[in-house]
Amino acid sequence: MLEYARWKYILVSLVLVIALVFALPNVFGSDLALTVATKDHTDVTQDGAKSVEDFLKSKSIPFKGADIEGGRLIVRFDTVAQQYQARDAVAEQFKDKYISALYYAPRTPAFLRKLGLRPMSLGLDLRGGLSLLYQVDINSAVTQLLDGYAQDARKVLAAAKIPYKDVSQVAVDSDRPNAVRVVLAPEADVDAARKALAQTFQDTKVSTESLASGSAITAALTPAQIRQRQDYAIQQNITTLRNRVNELGVSEPSVTRQGLDRINVELPGVLNSAEVKDLLGRTATLEFRMNDETHSATEAKLTGRVPLGSKLYTNTRMGVPILLKREVIATGDQLTSATSSSGQEGPQVDIKLDSRAGDAMLKATRANVGHHMGVVLIEKRRETIDVDGKKVTRDVTDEQVINDATIQGVFGNQFRIVGLGAGEARDLALLLRSGSLATVIYLVQEQAIGPQLGAKNIASGVLALEIGMAGVFLFMALYYKVFGLIADLVLLANVVLLTALLSMMHATLSLPGIAGILLTVGMAVDANVLIYERIREELRKGVSPQAAIRAGFEKAFSAIADSNITTLIAGVVLWVFGTGPIRNFAIVLTLGIATSMFTALMGSRAVITLLYGGRRKVAHLPI
Amino acid sequence: MEFFHKQTNFPFMATRKVWYTLSVVLMITSFALLYFRGLNLAIDFTGGVTAQASFSQAPNVDAVRSKLEQAGFRDPQVQLSGSSRDVAIRLPPTGQNVNEIRAKLEEALKSVDASAQLSNPDVRGPQVGGELKTSAIWALSFTLVLIFLYLAFRFHTWRLSFGAILAVLHDPILVLGWFALSQTPFDLAVVAAILAVVGYSLNDTVVVFDRIRERFESNRRLQPDIALDQSINQTLSRTIMTKVVTSIVVVALLILGGAALKGFSEALMIGILAGTYSSIYISSAIALDCGLTAEHIFPTVKKTAVDHLP
Repeated sequence: MLEYARWKYILVSLVLVIALVFALPNVFGSDLALTVATKDHTDVTQDGAKSVEDFLKSKSIPFKGADIEGGRLIVRFDTVAQQYQARDAVAEQFKDKYISALYYAPRTPAFLRKLGLRPMSLGLDLRGGLSLLYQVDINSAVTQLLDGYAQDARKVLAAAKIPYKDVSQVAVDSDRPNAVRVVLAPEADVDAARKALAQTFQDTKVSTESLASGSAITAALTPAQIRQRQDYAIQQNITTLRNRVNELGVSEPSVTRQGLDRINVELPGVLNSAEVKDLLGRTATLEFRMNDETHSATEAKLTGRVPLGSKLYTNTRMGVPILLKREVIATGDQLTSATSSSGQEGPQVDIKLDSRAGDAMLKATRANVGHHMGVVLIEKRRETIDVDGKKVTRDVTDEQVINDATIQGVFGNQFRIVGLGAGEARDLALLLRSGSLATVIYLVQEQAIGPQLGAKNIASGVLALEIGMAGVFLFMALYYKVFGLIADLVLLANVVLLTALLSMMHATLSLPGIAGILLTVGMAVDANVLIYERIREELRKGVSPQAAIRAGFEKAFSAIADSNITTLIAGVVLWVFGTGPIRNFAIVLTLGIATSMFTALMGSRAVITLLYGGRRKVAHLPI
Repeated sequence: MEFFHKQTNFPFMATRKVWYTLSVVLMITSFALLYFRGLNLAIDFTGGVTAQASFSQAPNVDAVRSKLEQAGFRDPQVQLSGSSRDVAIRLPPTGQNVNEIRAKLEEALKSVDASAQLSNPDVRGPQVGGELKTSAIWALSFTLVLIFLYLAFRFHTWRLSFGAILAVLHDPILVLGWFALSQTPFDLAVVAAILAVVGYSLNDTVVVFDRIRERFESNRRLQPDIALDQSINQTLSRTIMTKVVTSIVVVALLILGGAALKGFSEALMIGILAGTYSSIYISSAIALDCGLTAEHIFPTVKKTAVDHLP
């Protein structure tokens, strides 16, 4: 007698039903589409949607439909040519109002979407888009921290009236600066200095040594602190990049950390890379400083003698050199909001500061009504130049005075910057709003995949997979007859289960993922083959059909388990340590092994027992 | 339908020296090919620039190449791709940024034919590929160590683990050898395929091992070589069946999958062939030559503890 516990039947059916529901959204496919979002992040209105639709009609660009979803207008097309035409036309016509991006809009019905069910998203290699890999300069994050420490050290020593010769950054047991060293004056009290510094830098390693130049105290960062600082810099940059990417209005963007110091930005459907890269990679911040009106900037430029406490700016939007006081009233990272608008004096950026900067601004403006205040835009970038035929990269900081205006009245945390072009005002507001990058980032890799190529990849890959799978199904049915059909059913269930899991996890499917599915299908077939060959073997020995089935499953179990666990080990290790494509492969493989073991061992057992189990007499197995 | 109506009884182990020789020859050939000819590494690993351009009429490829050289690009590779009017351009890594490259490329191409259309160039930094290589090698080494330990734990002997690891190394090396020979572009998809090959190979090996364990369990006095022969023969129809089924999908991919999947499906095909053979002749045979006996898998429980009692 062959039996299978009732709870196992219930479990198998339940899992299958849930899997079917989650896999369902993938059946509907997707449309070529264009997403249209407003530049100021408000929802697209019905009127707005109508104006876009009317415009497309007037340009006689045919579209299948247009709906507002999640505040964005999604317009669907039949062909790539129409989609492109529409994108260019909409971008041109509504350039001040809307941001549009190419998109694969899932055809998932509304009731499924309301349940939060979504199809698997496709990787850039399958759908097209722009992939950017940025390198974060994590060493400069540490240098910045040390700068702060050095400043604090000077303050503490000055407050304690301990004379010192020099405060500088040094490298202790490292090839990068990781410590601040204070060289004391000969008359200084070393113990008092050490005590004062140790109290200020409680978390650092403070040591005393005698150098040729005098007694020195070194406060070194611990490796953990350095790592923490670097992590912070990367996290902060990821947040900023995410904000900027969101400003672009791209659907389903992804910003992820890759390895120690890289950030990967993937923008599906985006192909015009120049503009995107310009916005993403910019490290802009503002500084507000008072104008040094007691000295002449032109004279300082001519003589090269800049008055103490001032800084000379030759790159100014006004075209004349300007002297600004070194003291900074407020900086861009103290900003709470920045929006561009159009005022009486043309385009402007309306700025709100946090309370601390607001207080400083209030104090400065109260004392300086009628005087000038300068706004400096600071941007960092890396450029490559030719030096004697060798390529040398260097970091460049561009500082430009973008505004030098008379303070009309006392103001605090709210004011505006005027004298900008319309595009400039918008970009500046965007950059300031999304926050400045903690450290400079450099683009190290860029890949644009055309959607046509993506579509071709999918089409030929899917066709090949379909034909291959059909061949497998046919062959299994021929070779194992009814049992082969059961195996086909189980294989199908495995694909459904895997699809459901991947959709649930919002995993991305790319070419390596398809390799993973292929391996999984192979493993699932293999599990069934192992069981069936065992059953045949038992039958050959003359065992009764039901006993042969039981023995087949039991004896094949250890082979299936061991071979799958071995592959699972490989899958998990690659999942944890791999990056990019290898990780993608590993995720699919790991999940696939789990589903194929479940379907082959439990699913097929359930079906076979249902057909040949119980008390019925089975004389012959169609295997 | 069945491949073998009766239980086969091929003497696999008796001829293993011949197959070892073949394996060694193939491995040496692969290494030699890798060393002297090298892989045709795709841009994924080397870094550099790829771009597609289409012209209104068939361009002279040499003219395009010389124009690119005049524009300051070192060693440009220019090939027709798809039609006679489309060319694929590949450039070694440069320090320039994408916009500069695009502008220079466009200028050079327009000077050949004013109607030239340039696709978005694909620019990769070389260091990323290098790091990918190191991280893949680390992940793979770690995987091998864990698999060695797992198999040693399950089968109570390092001999089988050792055989399995050798087989797992054997297959990717042959695949790499094939890629050095055929000069099919070696890209990330091929790496994924090789990982799949490793998976298949392991799977096969462990299935045979499982049968070896079973043979020894039913008869501890069985000659090791006979036990191995029996195990391989008894799993032979399963081995062939599984291979045929997976090959159906892979052959479909090879024929219909298009250019993007060419390297991928080639690697799978070669790997599956190599894997079938290595699971028979490498993993099991090596374990045999390491002195595998039933005793290793099922150690006799010593009764010394009982004997010490008064």
